[in-house]
Amino acid sequence: MSERKKTNIILFSGDYDKVMAAYIIANGAAAYDHDVTIFHTFWGLNTLRKDEKLQPKKSFMEKMFAKMMPRGAEKMPLSKMQFLGMGPKMIKKVMKKHNAMPVSDLVDLAKEQDIKLLACTMTMDLLGLKKEELMDNIEYGGVAAYIADGEDGTINLFI
Amino acid sequence: MNIEKTLDAKGLACPMPVVRTKKTIDDIESGQILEVIATDAGSKSDITAWTKSSGHELVDMKEEDGVFYFYIKKA
Repeated sequence: MSERKKTNIILFSGDYDKVMAAYIIANGAAAYDHDVTIFHTFWGLNTLRKDEKLQPKKSFMEKMFAKMMPRGAEKMPLSKMQFLGMGPKMIKKVMKKHNAMPVSDLVDLAKEQDIKLLACTMTMDLLGLKKEELMDNIEYGGVAAYIADGEDGTINLFI
Repeated sequence: MNIEKTLDAKGLACPMPVVRTKKTIDDIESGQILEVIATDAGSKSDITAWTKSSGHELVDMKEEDGVFYFYIKKA
């Protein structure tokens, strides 16, 4: 068998629609038998956040960040047409009608397809996110981990 | 045509038809034929492109009233 191709996505954004695009591409690439890595940094890290309210020891600033950031993709705003929270509700309704998968399901599907979910530890520190707040069975790394996957990637995206 | 397995992907939206096709084709043997039925308009180019890239052969394809039928021979 020929060497497997690689798809690498840097997920920087924390908007529901952009995360959805990233995970659709990732799952599609996995179906193409690519080795897929999603490198979550900055606001994209919130995709990996657990839904439950955890209270690890944090500084005042970190607590503020934790309060303001969404716990998981389903709580994210849209990049356009947010309408004070009405936007996400409307798009989810339309998605249901068209049988599009919610982002949380796309994340589960990504795990099922052995997509590597990587969390950037440097930005985790900046945003005050602790490992216990993020999903289990993900990997942690920095720029070198991304470059290692990215340097021979067929598809490299920054979303 | 001897169809080994049928995948009903009707009503599923992108990226599911391709994801399911990939999963289902893993269950059949080389040379056998998988039938995929989908309604997603994008699946016409999606399944065609996927089949080509993954080395399988699209033996036949037809469209009836917005429903797509694909016949894929596993490589």
